Amino acid sequence: MTTILPRKDVVIVGLGWTGAILAHELTDQGLDVLAIERGPWRDTATDFNIGYVQDELRYAVRRDLFLQPAVETMTVRNNPSQTALPMRDFGSFLPGNGVGGAGVHWNGHTWRFWDSDFQIRTNLTKKYGASRIADLQVQDWGVTGAEMEPYYDQYEYLAGISGKAGNIKGQLQEGGNPFEDPRSRDYPNPPMQMTYAPTLFAEAGRSIGLHPFPTPSANMSRNYVNPLGIAMGQCTYCGFCERFGCANYSKSSAQTTILPVLMKKANFEVRTDSEVLHVDLAPGGKSARGVTYVDTSGEEYFQPADLVLLCAYGLHNARLMMLSGIGKIYDPVTGKGTVGRNYCYQTNAGVQVFFDDKNFNPFIAAGALGQTIDDYNGDAFDHGALDFVGGSGINCIPTNGRPIGTRPTLPGTPKWGSAWKKATVEGYKSTLGFSSQGSSYATRTNYLDLDPTYKDRFGRPLMRMTFDFPDNDIRMSNYLCDRMEEIAKALGGKQYNVSRRKKGWDSVPYQSTHNTGGAIMGTDPGKSAVNTFLQSWDVPNVFVIGASAFPQNAGKNPTGTVGALAFRAADAIRNQYLRNPGAPLVQA
Amino acid sequence: MSHRYPVRMNRRLFLSSVAMLTVTATSPSFARSLSGSLPWAPMASDPPMQVLPGGWQFFTPQEAALVEAIVDRIIPADDLSIGGKEAGCAVYIDRQLTGAFGTSSRLYTQGPFLPALPTQGYQGEANPAQRYRTGLAAIDSFLKQRDGKSFAELQPTEQDAFLTAMEAGKVELPNGVKSSGFFGLLLQNTMEGFFADPVYGGNKDMVSWRMLGFPGARYDYRDHVSKHNQPYPQPPVSIEGRPEWLRKGA
Repeated sequence: MTTILPRKDVVIVGLGWTGAILAHELTDQGLDVLAIERGPWRDTATDFNIGYVQDELRYAVRRDLFLQPAVETMTVRNNPSQTALPMRDFGSFLPGNGVGGAGVHWNGHTWRFWDSDFQIRTNLTKKYGASRIADLQVQDWGVTGAEMEPYYDQYEYLAGISGKAGNIKGQLQEGGNPFEDPRSRDYPNPPMQMTYAPTLFAEAGRSIGLHPFPTPSANMSRNYVNPLGIAMGQCTYCGFCERFGCANYSKSSAQTTILPVLMKKANFEVRTDSEVLHVDLAPGGKSARGVTYVDTSGEEYFQPADLVLLCAYGLHNARLMMLSGIGKIYDPVTGKGTVGRNYCYQTNAGVQVFFDDKNFNPFIAAGALGQTIDDYNGDAFDHGALDFVGGSGINCIPTNGRPIGTRPTLPGTPKWGSAWKKATVEGYKSTLGFSSQGSSYATRTNYLDLDPTYKDRFGRPLMRMTFDFPDNDIRMSNYLCDRMEEIAKALGGKQYNVSRRKKGWDSVPYQSTHNTGGAIMGTDPGKSAVNTFLQSWDVPNVFVIGASAFPQNAGKNPTGTVGALAFRAADAIRNQYLRNPGAPLVQA
Repeated sequence: MSHRYPVRMNRRLFLSSVAMLTVTATSPSFARSLSGSLPWAPMASDPPMQVLPGGWQFFTPQEAALVEAIVDRIIPADDLSIGGKEAGCAVYIDRQLTGAFGTSSRLYTQGPFLPALPTQGYQGEANPAQRYRTGLAAIDSFLKQRDGKSFAELQPTEQDAFLTAMEAGKVELPNGVKSSGFFGLLLQNTMEGFFADPVYGGNKDMVSWRMLGFPGARYDYRDHVSKHNQPYPQPPVSIEGRPEWLRKGA
């Protein structure tokens, strides 16, 4: 028995960053908006309680705020010849759950992608020739850096980003990132106070001719009131950031930047603990009628709506499209179908430098407090004589000294016993780590589809992820490791250790929750699932908003671009779509 | 921790009357519809359940003796700290195995259970509670057959040699127990107990935090951020406070 509910103008699936941005914008437009959220309601005072939020076991190890695999997981394999098996526990990446989504427990590194990232195929072909990218399925996004700039600005001011501009309207700014695209104005807040390790890292980088700058951070360097009138507090450098909600209102999230205003609006409602099963399409499959969801008692509901916005985590957006029959599922053999195409990730590697005579106080930290070097990111450097495309940001961002997870020791140290203990005490305060966060470029055989065997708790197929690091990206990451060794040598120290990225993506150790693609944007309906406004090519009253739209990933954290794309989609809905609802904004 | 979600929901349903209604009047649903204001109720938070020492909730006395002997070799008493047994690591593991961790209630536990590549993670059918039950029995029976002794009766050097062989997967334990996999679980849980907040039963008196110089559940370091390379002067604090706050006459 499905209960049919009264219709809404807009139904939003998932109330995280993108759902909250779209809900705020469309309620301002006067629309009646309902968000349906799979997880629970969460707010700072109740759920990120300052009396006990500093609990590494509960939040970082057992991951209380995250999506539980019992609710939804996916199967994984490295290539199409293998049998995919379920991630029985999440490891390599950790999707969020509940109101605020992954925006509750992110670190807060907030980047802009560059014009050369957006126009990647055009740019790389022009500079290095088409043969250089013959093994890759990289695609232009269909937008330019200049088109994205106002939306990045909007997101950065909403979220109160702390940073230093490197390029304002074409004028280079001392102390900022000289490689960034021009921005219209500086960040809303100055950089955070630097801790010791990033300070040394920056000095070492400068000593060998590189250009370090403060990482743009969604942790507040000072008290801030955002354009919605919502006040945030200065970060206290507590070192419980990623995997934790912030008890100080110091980390940008839907909770700290949007919900206090959104929740007061009479034309907004959120239903929590309610999971959308699929989007219901009208006969013919060319328009959506609404969504079907189930609450925690197992009751099923049909919620009619004129406009459906998929604002779940990117991977879940792609799966909902597959389960709903929106677009055709990608087939790596024929190259036909677009949903699941161009799944990408992040190609990371790391360096540890061990000292005898330094005390870094690793527990004094924030999620996005550090220094970045972009000299070898994206196409900031000439690839003419190299055997790869892409690059990495090099980041020294020590986020915590929480001892279950953060106990650096010299290579070769035993894992237990008295020798282990001695090495652990020696390494805890005196180790400096930094890492390369590398681009991840699409290939034909890295993709998402539905698993033929494993089902979720409702009997629906799990999504299947087929992924390995492309050879191009491994070559890129090795080049970056060589560059990082140069920084490690400049830092001094008694010893350093480089952890290089290898083929055979391992789903177990944590790497990055930067899963991109699966419902990618573009200008060609044969190669993209949504147009450049994130509107489905196949079902025009459905928009799919999130990192699912990235045609490939850059060497940067995705949230800044996700926020900008959300504002851009909202702008297109408010100022174009609503004039002629149900019509495509771009003719296929 | 196993009952955290139901407790939270019940408590919040009971306490939170602000802007809350279930979707249909007859449904026993936990789903909530929120509109018009931020829902907030005093005292609705969900602090951790404090583990109290005394008695075993999962282990049999024989199992407990074996686990205590093992955690005391993984973290031996020496100049730097007390051993894993005195620190409460076995109590920590005992309590974890009765909760969500022990039963894998949050994990994906549907079959089929197929042979896996290492990159696909643990694909066994047994949850941690079952793995401890069969794994501890397998160690006991293996040693009794080989040496005629229990693990606790071996010399420390013999205990270390046995654990080293387990870690390397060089012990053929009975009943199909993979020695390296079970050792990995023991190692992981022992370290969790030693370094987690004492509220969970291990890390007695914040012993590991004192050893490292980790200040624990403090939440504001603004006055020390710029004091580069200078030791942080304050002692650690736990979610449950400091021992001297709790002991009478201290």
